[in-house]
Amino acid sequence: MHLPHLIGIEGLDREQITTLLDTAEEMSHVQERELKKLPALRGRTIVNMFFEDSTRTKMSFDLAAKRLSADTMAFSGKGSSTSKGESLRDTMLTVAAMGVDGFVIRHSASGAPKLAMDWTGLPVVNAGDGMHEHPTQALLDAFAMRRRLGNLEGRHVAIVGDLFHSRVVRSNLICLRELGADVTLVAPATLLPTGVRDWPGAAGVTVTDDLDAVLPHVDALMMLRVQRERMSGGFFPSEADYVAGWGLTRERLRRLPDHAVVAHPGPMNRGLEIAPEAADAARSLILDQVAAGVSVRMAVLFHVFAGEGSRS
Amino acid sequence: MSTPTPSTGPILITGADLLGRGRADLLLRDGVIAEVGEGIDAPDARVLDATGLVALPGLVDVHTHLREPGREDTETIASGARAAAAGGYTAVMAMPNTTPVTDSASDADWVYLKGLQAPHADVFPVGAVTKDLAGTELAELGLMARSRAGVRMFSDDGHCVHDPVLMRRALEYVTAFGGVIAQHAQDPQLAPRASCCDEGPWSGRLGLPGWPAVAEESIIGRDIMLTKLTGSRLHVCHVSTAGSVELIRRAKADGLDVTAEVTPHHLALTVDLLESYDSAYKVNPPLRTPDDVEALRAGLADGTIDVVGTDHAPHGLHDKQHDFTVAAFGMLGLETALSVVSTYLVQPGRMTWADVAQAMSVRPAAIAGLTGHGRPLAPGEPANITLVDPTREITVDREATQSRSRNQPWHGRTLTGAVVTTILRGTPTLLDGRVVDLGAAPDTIEVPA
Amino acid sequence: MGERVVLGAPDVGRALRRMAHEIIEGNKGASGLVILGIPTRGVALAARLARLVSEVEGVDVPLGTLDITLYRDDLRRRPTRRMEPTRIPGDGIDDKVVVLVDDVLYSGRTVRAALDALGDIGRPRAVRLAVLVDRGHRDLPIRADHVGKNLPTSSSERVSVLLDEFDGTDEVRIAKEAR
Repeated sequence: MHLPHLIGIEGLDREQITTLLDTAEEMSHVQERELKKLPALRGRTIVNMFFEDSTRTKMSFDLAAKRLSADTMAFSGKGSSTSKGESLRDTMLTVAAMGVDGFVIRHSASGAPKLAMDWTGLPVVNAGDGMHEHPTQALLDAFAMRRRLGNLEGRHVAIVGDLFHSRVVRSNLICLRELGADVTLVAPATLLPTGVRDWPGAAGVTVTDDLDAVLPHVDALMMLRVQRERMSGGFFPSEADYVAGWGLTRERLRRLPDHAVVAHPGPMNRGLEIAPEAADAARSLILDQVAAGVSVRMAVLFHVFAGEGSRS
Repeated sequence: MSTPTPSTGPILITGADLLGRGRADLLLRDGVIAEVGEGIDAPDARVLDATGLVALPGLVDVHTHLREPGREDTETIASGARAAAAGGYTAVMAMPNTTPVTDSASDADWVYLKGLQAPHADVFPVGAVTKDLAGTELAELGLMARSRAGVRMFSDDGHCVHDPVLMRRALEYVTAFGGVIAQHAQDPQLAPRASCCDEGPWSGRLGLPGWPAVAEESIIGRDIMLTKLTGSRLHVCHVSTAGSVELIRRAKADGLDVTAEVTPHHLALTVDLLESYDSAYKVNPPLRTPDDVEALRAGLADGTIDVVGTDHAPHGLHDKQHDFTVAAFGMLGLETALSVVSTYLVQPGRMTWADVAQAMSVRPAAIAGLTGHGRPLAPGEPANITLVDPTREITVDREATQSRSRNQPWHGRTLTGAVVTTILRGTPTLLDGRVVDLGAAPDTIEVPA
Repeated sequence: MGERVVLGAPDVGRALRRMAHEIIEGNKGASGLVILGIPTRGVALAARLARLVSEVEGVDVPLGTLDITLYRDDLRRRPTRRMEPTRIPGDGIDDKVVVLVDDVLYSGRTVRAALDALGDIGRPRAVRLAVLVDRGHRDLPIRADHVGKNLPTSSSERVSVLLDEFDGTDEVRIAKEAR
C-alpha cells in the first residue's frame, strides 16, 4: 500500500487505516530489538518543517525517520501569521530545490501542508496544521486503544474537552468512525466544533454536553486539552466552572466501567480537564500513546516514502 | 460630469438587439446617441455590425478597488479603467481604501482628476465615512461632497462602520447633500479580521476561522433601523447571505431607502471551493453555501438586490501566495462580471437583458448619483453602450487581463455570454474584444506590470 | 496455458520429511536450532519442518517468522508492500543455528534480504537455508543447504507453490509463460 501523502485522515478508508496500524504494530516490535534501525528509507531525505513549536512531535518524527535509515533535516521557524518576510511558498520551494524527497510539516495555519505539497509536488506528511488535522496523533490514539481494547468495531469512545480549537478531534473522529467505533463528542456548546454532524466521515456521531450521562457507557474516554487562555474568549467562565461540567475528576474516574481506558494526547493540564489521579491511573493510556508515536510515525513514513511513486 | 474623451467620428451600430427587446440601428454622433431606428442611413459613419449582439447602456460598477494611490504595482486608475472597458463598464466607483485613504476633499479630487486622465472609463471616488477608515470620527463628508469630485457615495468598505452612533451620525449628515452610506456589514467581534471561511460545516472541517452569517445580518438589521430613524439612504455592499436578502426585502417592503449589491462571485462560487485552500477563493465576505447563492440569485432577479457590484479587488501574487489564513482578501471582477451574470441568471431565464441593464447600469448609476451613465438607449442620451454576445463561450484566463493583478477566481472556468464592444461617449474603448489604444494614460508611478 | 504439476501432495510430504532429517543430521540433533519462515509460504513450510524435527527428536524446536519487506533491494521500484510479521522466538537467535525457510529459491535476492534482516536482529552461530524448490538462475552467490526439489527451469517459466494452509492442496506447478 502506497500513500501519496498524509495530509489528513479524511480520505483514508478503513483498510488503509488498518494497514497503517498493522504496520505500526510490526514497527513496535522493532522498537524492542537491541538494533532498532531498519534500512527501508535508506537514501531518502525527509525534512521536518516545524513552523510551530512542538518538541515532542518533532522528536517523534525525527526518531521514526532515523529508525528507517532516512536522512533527516530540521527546519524550525515561527509560523507565518503574518504575510511579511519570506512566504511559506518561498521557504518550501527553497528547501525542495535542495533535492529532498519530502516533508513532515507542522504549521499554525490550516491547509499549509496541503499547499506546500501543491507548490513543491513532493509528498507531505501533516504533523498538525492549525485547527484542521493531526493525522498521526489520531493513528497513534487508535493504535494505543486497539492494543488495550482489541478491535474498535462497536466500541464506544467519548472525546471530551475543547473540541472547537482542536485539530486532534477532526482526525480522531474520522479515524474512529472509519474503524467502526461509536463516537460521542462531549463539550459545552461554546467548545463544540462547527457543523460536525455534516463532516464527511462523521455520520452517526453523537454530540452532547452531559459528560456524566456518557461516563458509564464508554470503553474509552479521550480528554482533550483545554487551554486556560480560552477563558478570555468567553468559551467558559472559570476553571472551576469548566471542571464541574467537563473535567475528569476523581469522582468521575470512579464511575467509568472497569475496563474503560483514559487517553489524552497531551500536553495535559492536570487539575483542569484531567485530575492527576486519572492521568496516572492504570487505565491511563497516556504513556502508551507517547510510546506508540514512534511506531505509528515509522509506519506512516514507510507507506508514504518507501515505495514506487515516491521520488527517488 | 463629462470627461474629455478623444472623439471619434460618427458610428453606426447596425442590427443590435436593444436590451433584448428588439433590433434597431443606433447612430452615435458627437458623444451622444443621435438616432435610433431601423435602416438608418449615415454614409459618413463607421459601421459596427451588431447582428446577434445585445446592446446595453454602458455598465456602471458601484464597487471597484483601484489601488492608486499606494499600491500601483497591483492596479492603477488607468489599468483599472482598461479592465473596466474590457468588462463592458463605462463608469466605476473607486473605493477609498487606498494609501492615503480618500477621506478628504483633496484626496477625492486627486482620484477624480486622475480619473479624468484615464480614457477607458469614467472613474469617480467613493469617500470614506470615517477618517482613515478607523471607525472613530467622521471624515469630511460635506467637503468631499462639495469638492470638484462631487462625492455622493461614502463607504469604509473593507471595514464596517461598527459604532452605532457614528453610523447614525453619518446617515444623518449625508442627507444634507443627498449622499448615501455604503456599509460593509461585518460585526468586527462576531467576525474578527482573521475570519475567512463561512462559519458552518466547512469552517469546522477545514479548521478555518469562521465568519458567521449573523455578523453580516446583525449589522444590516441595525442599519435598516437607523435608516428608518434618520430617514437617510443606506446602500448595503456585497450582500452574501440568505438572511441578509430577507432583511433587505422587508426593509424595502417598509418603504425604506435601502439598496443592496451582490458580487458576481457570491452569485456562483461556494464555500466548498476552500477545500483546496487556494487563496484565489479568499474574499470578504467569504464564499457562502449553495442556499445563500440561490437566495442571492432570487434576490437579484426579483429586485430585492438592486445591483451587481464587482468588488474588483486586485492583489499582487506576493499578497496571495501564502497560507489561506494570511493571504489577502479579494478577487478580480470587472472583466468577468457580465459573463457571470449572463451564465448564471440570463442563460437559465431568471433575468432578461433588460433586467441586467437595470442591475448593472441604470440602478448603479442612480445609487452613485451619476447623471451621465445608466441612461436609456434613446436619442439625445450619452452614447455609453455595451455590446454583448449572449451566446459566446469564453474560458477565463487569468493572464489575459487588463488588470495589473492575477487573482482571478474564474481562471479556467467557461462562461457563456461575453462583452464584445464598449463605447464611452461615442468612443469605442473595447472593440471586438480588444481594448482600444486611446493614447497613453499616464500612471503616477511607472511600475512594470 | 501449458501448466504442469511437477510435485504432487505426496511428493511435497516426502521432500519435507527428507529435509527435516537432513537438518537434524547436519546439526547433529535439534539442539540450538531455530527455524524461521520467510512470509508468506515459507512460514507454513517452516512450521511443518519444525513439527517434523520435533517428532523425530522429541523436543520442541523454536519457530518464528522473518519478514524481509523493509530489506528488499527493489523497495522503491515496486508499490509499497504490506509488512508481514517478524516473530523471533523468546531466546532470540544469538549463537543459534538459524534455518531460513522459503518456498522457491530463484535470484537469491530474498535470501540476501533475509540475511540482512537477521543481522539486525542478532548474531547466529550459523545460518542454513531450506527451500522446497530450487529453480536456478541465481543473481547472487547464494545456495541452499536443504532442497526439496531441484527444478531446472527457463527464466520465462513461472513456478508456483501451492500449500494446504493457503491453497487447500500441496502442489508445485510450472507454467510456460512468464507473468
